[in-house]
Amino acid sequence: MRLEILRRKSAAETPHIAYFDYDPTDSTETVATALTRLNETLPDPIRWECSCLQRKCGACAMVVNGRPVLACGAQLLEYKDKVRIEPLRKFPVVADLIVDRSILYENLSALRCWMSAEADMHQRAADLGYEASRCLQCGCCLDVCPNFAPGGDFSGMAGAVPLSRLLAELPEAELAELSEQYRRHFYAGCGKSLACRNVCPAGIGVDALLVNSNAVAVWKRLLRRKRI
Amino acid sequence: MKRVIIIGAGLAGLSAAMELAKQNIGSELISPLPSERAQSVLAEGGINAALDLMGEGDRPAEHCADTLRGGCDLADPLAVQSLTAHAPELVKSLSALGVPFQMEGERLVQRNFGGQKKKRTAYAKSSTGKAIMTALIDEARKYEAAGLIRRWPHHTLAELCTEDGNCTGAVICDNYTDSALRFSGPVILACGGLNGLFPGRTTGTTQNTGDAAALAFSRGAAFGNLEMLQYHPTTVAISGKRLLVSEAARGEGGRLFTVENGHRRYFMEEKYPELGNLMPRDVISREMALLDGQVWLDMTGLSRAEWTKKLPDLRSELKHYLNLDPAKEPVPVSPGIHFFMGGILVDRTHAASLKKLFAAGECACQYHGANRLGGNSLLGAIYGGMAAARSAALWASEHREPEQLGPVTPQPETPGFQAKLGDILYGGLAILRDEATLTGALSRLEELSSATLTEAERRRLELGRAMLLSALERRESRGAHTRTDFPERNDGQFRKTTVAAIRNGAVQISFIPVPEGGEAGAS
Repeated sequence: MRLEILRRKSAAETPHIAYFDYDPTDSTETVATALTRLNETLPDPIRWECSCLQRKCGACAMVVNGRPVLACGAQLLEYKDKVRIEPLRKFPVVADLIVDRSILYENLSALRCWMSAEADMHQRAADLGYEASRCLQCGCCLDVCPNFAPGGDFSGMAGAVPLSRLLAELPEAELAELSEQYRRHFYAGCGKSLACRNVCPAGIGVDALLVNSNAVAVWKRLLRRKRI
Repeated sequence: MKRVIIIGAGLAGLSAAMELAKQNIGSELISPLPSERAQSVLAEGGINAALDLMGEGDRPAEHCADTLRGGCDLADPLAVQSLTAHAPELVKSLSALGVPFQMEGERLVQRNFGGQKKKRTAYAKSSTGKAIMTALIDEARKYEAAGLIRRWPHHTLAELCTEDGNCTGAVICDNYTDSALRFSGPVILACGGLNGLFPGRTTGTTQNTGDAAALAFSRGAAFGNLEMLQYHPTTVAISGKRLLVSEAARGEGGRLFTVENGHRRYFMEEKYPELGNLMPRDVISREMALLDGQVWLDMTGLSRAEWTKKLPDLRSELKHYLNLDPAKEPVPVSPGIHFFMGGILVDRTHAASLKKLFAAGECACQYHGANRLGGNSLLGAIYGGMAAARSAALWASEHREPEQLGPVTPQPETPGFQAKLGDILYGGLAILRDEATLTGALSRLEELSSATLTEAERRRLELGRAMLLSALERRESRGAHTRTDFPERNDGQFRKTTVAAIRNGAVQISFIPVPEGGEAGAS
């Protein structure tokens, strides 16, 4: 199969496409396997980040054939003869397939995404909190978001999901400030394309999270108080 | 403000940073990737604490006894007593931070785990590590905003500074720019397990290279029980690594079997009727190594609700990577390297043998003895991080900005070195070992050491040599260490900690008694 990889040694360099012929050794190989094996043969290895190799850490997010995916979850069998691999498109490139995703963390700090009081845990809060906890901060959702641009006011789903944990778990009296953050940095800017939902590598059920967050922070009907 | 240097931003590193912050001491939190990418997020099954929420009359003393027994009496009893005594309040504090432990109504519930007769494991479905990490990352963010925790993501430890047996600081390298910085002050290593010595053969991450630990070893830090590698009985090979099938699968009713003459044989249930499929991991892996033929894990008896409520991520992983639905058919499993009980030798205060150097989490040799119980790693990482922080705080130095050292030229890896080292160590340190395989592995290692290697590769090789020599010198069978030529446990000679250290330029192995008595310093 033919791999096309967008390469550059540094951010300052103009990117170029490098072509490689690649033969997978078995049907389970992923894009991550291909990059690892290719690098064993290259004098100037392709720079990319990886850690868990099982879709749990988000390190290896990149764009494959136009779609943001985790390289360790992208099985080569799913693609035809040509696989085009590029870095994520909304973040500054460091080198080859590595991007600097600092903006994700800067946004969460700006949103004051932390517990301001002890959590008020019950089954429904735990269910929502669990789903939100699964966010990898990989950045795939922002890559496809028509409303997100680095430096803007809108945090995208990568900000809304962590906030939704807090909105589900904090006691009612503590919700005012976070609700304001949610409204200003997510609700007001989201165009509801939900492209993010379709690409999330963790398959996070954002619908239930948004229903609760909107209820708590926007509609204030406090559905969250209904304990199951 | 005083500051401490922490290498590693996984669970132990985060825990240490937050403990320091609570004391108004700052930390430099250094990691190659952000905390979301740390191996701690892979922990699946849960965290142990004798909360006694399941009406079984559980007590911390029983948790302590199970941990010591599971570790085959190699762990420090007072350190484990302290760990298990603090476990209930620790889990409650995690719940207060919003860790979404499984609940029924307003009550937290606990599950069965290996080597323990009582339901003691609090869990967040099959992604407990991820759920805990998310809550702690959020909590740490609060301290980052207050300037107490300063993160250095995309930075790797390049040098551990030592002077007359003291650790004086660390040099770190920015992986994005290849520039180096030198920090002065006490150092906590929270750098995880030694997976990099066994590339592709562990359930861990590629980021746990073992290089930071190997640096500490090369600078004279003593290591303990390096021969104690935990083979988890239920793993499957996927591209580039071993995928863990959580012990929770058996905690919820999964059964191991092999096929003989066309019939299923539930070998664990036959041989160990009381704990059956939930015997400690060392026992099950050894039984599997002694069997001929494929072992299967049958989870088809689990109800739909159990899959949805308790093990959803496990099912989706197996479907994705094996194209197999564990709710409908058994999964072929085999043991894989999962945890390193051995590591940097620390005392009860988590102090290493070099002054002002501390270690916590999987890189440290503490709490787990010769075999770790499932559910104790998250607990040990959090509690160990706290203990290390309290000890390092006593040495915290007034903050000075790091010294800029200029660019570093990365050394290219020697082609094939990692794979060769991995082959040699994996061959020597299989579940079943003997003198011939260990000395054979040592000879092959000697051949490899004559090649031209980078400094980092040479350090890895020496740590590998220390592992093989530790396994060679422990001439008995205990926990994860099974010597077919010395099949019996020998308490008289070997109820001791194996100590490996570089002295006069060579790896030396000695044995010291397992600590007993005295006050628990880490309490």
